[in-house]
Amino acid sequence: MSSPGDSRRTTARRRETALFLLAVPALLLLGIIFAWPVLRLLAMSVEDGTLANFEKATLDELYLYVLFDSVKIAAMVMAICLLVAYPVAFWLSRAGRWGVALGMFALLLPFWTSVLVRTYAWLVLLGRNGVVNRWLRDAGLIDAPLPLLHNTSGVLIGMVHVLLPYMVFPIYASLLRIDPDLSRAAEGLGAPAWRSFLRVTFPLSLPGVSAGCALVFVLSLGFFITPALLGGGRVIMVSMLIEQQVREFLDWPFAAALSTVLLVATLAIYALIGRITRGARHA
Amino acid sequence: MRRRRVSQILLGLFAGLVFLFLLLPLAVVFPISLSSASYLQFPPPGFSWQWYQRYLDDPSWIDATIRSVKVASLCTVLAMGLGVPLTFFLVRSRLPGVRVLDRLAAAPIIVPTIILSIALYGVFARLQLIGEWYGVAVAHTVLALPFVVILVSAGLRGFDEAQEQAAAGLGASWPAIIWRVTLPQLRPSLVSAAFLSFISSFDELVLAMFLSGASMTLPKKMFDNIMMEIDPTIAAVSVLQILLVAVALGLTSLFGRGALTTTITR
Repeated sequence: MSSPGDSRRTTARRRETALFLLAVPALLLLGIIFAWPVLRLLAMSVEDGTLANFEKATLDELYLYVLFDSVKIAAMVMAICLLVAYPVAFWLSRAGRWGVALGMFALLLPFWTSVLVRTYAWLVLLGRNGVVNRWLRDAGLIDAPLPLLHNTSGVLIGMVHVLLPYMVFPIYASLLRIDPDLSRAAEGLGAPAWRSFLRVTFPLSLPGVSAGCALVFVLSLGFFITPALLGGGRVIMVSMLIEQQVREFLDWPFAAALSTVLLVATLAIYALIGRITRGARHA
Repeated sequence: MRRRRVSQILLGLFAGLVFLFLLLPLAVVFPISLSSASYLQFPPPGFSWQWYQRYLDDPSWIDATIRSVKVASLCTVLAMGLGVPLTFFLVRSRLPGVRVLDRLAAAPIIVPTIILSIALYGVFARLQLIGEWYGVAVAHTVLALPFVVILVSAGLRGFDEAQEQAAAGLGASWPAIIWRVTLPQLRPSLVSAAFLSFISSFDELVLAMFLSGASMTLPKKMFDNIMMEIDPTIAAVSVLQILLVAVALGLTSLFGRGALTTTITR
């Protein structure tokens, strides 16, 4: 005699088996086309049994400089995105139906347009005789063209343009989740609007802020196309260094060591920012 | 009260400027693509369709376009065919290891694409898969999977499982229940996920740069064109691409009933 508990357990086990079978093809793909090749690449860095490649990547002044420069650019992109995205997300969270529709259009259309199309457009806009410099000169604001392209400012403009939506969306989402009665209550009790924002709304939006910061930082650190095209060879990021090692020097072990450093830095920063957020949420 | 009005206007003005900044690069390629000049010149001296003509007449542009459509289509089919079942497992299974696998499915977003690219370059070179369009499609599937999982799991979490139990109680088989009851209600998420998979593959350059070899995808062809000579053909291609995204976005918001924006704001 089987009890009803037994049959329930059998059903549950059968359900788990069926669910797992559904996942097998995708997990196989992720294993064969993602996890295994990446781990195999990382293992190449210590193929010769020494840490020589890591010493070269982290002690040689040239490579160390590129590494720091990449982190510096990623941090700058993150900071600019945060400063620009927060007011936009805040405006969106208070906007009416048409405002939200307009905002979503302006955010989503570039978001899904090829990075290449946008980079090409910036080449046209920011060049010495580009559209922006022409406008500024015609307006009498400048005498000589501003160097906007083939340097750090060009890379920053291009990267902020690509990554801004990644910052706006999480902040907007966390602002929407805040009960509007909270700030109304604060103001009803006599707090001026700026104080109710600083003490009520802003702290409650911090989960979105840190999610956006983590995403933007991590994505910028691995950026490749935009700095390659807008930096004009004067801005070198780690990803470009990795590509160069594989393409030009065929130095796979060293490229693997650089990849390992980039991946570890990416994961560490991601975990760190996640941790700060959790701390902020419990405070 | 008055101070409040002023700050609201300033905020709106700022948001408007940011939207302008976001749309400006998209807007600027339209006039360039219709230029009558034989090289890049802004503002264009006159009107002409010559760059569209040149795009249509050049077999290498058309080949690259067809290849990209093929790659993106296969990538969409694979990402949906594998990603939707995977999402059912990730959302519904109570196995202890499911959280780890959830991380694995999201990892392709976090791991820099350049790392995956050279990793796959090594593997594909050994298997002689470089230059095969389906190889690029399979690699793109890895990048599209996280989007599918995020969008479909948002839809699946909002779905009431009691409906499936009711159908089962009435004697329906499980495949029929999933096909007739569950999936139709997930349609907004499914449409959005398919759209994102297609566009993410159609626009992808870094993997394609390493894996497509001599048989270029459209982004690779555009990249080479920008590196060698910036002629306005690329502006015409850009306009066509922007229009494609705009139409796809419009269709998705029509059939996806806002699944895209609700997932973004979750």
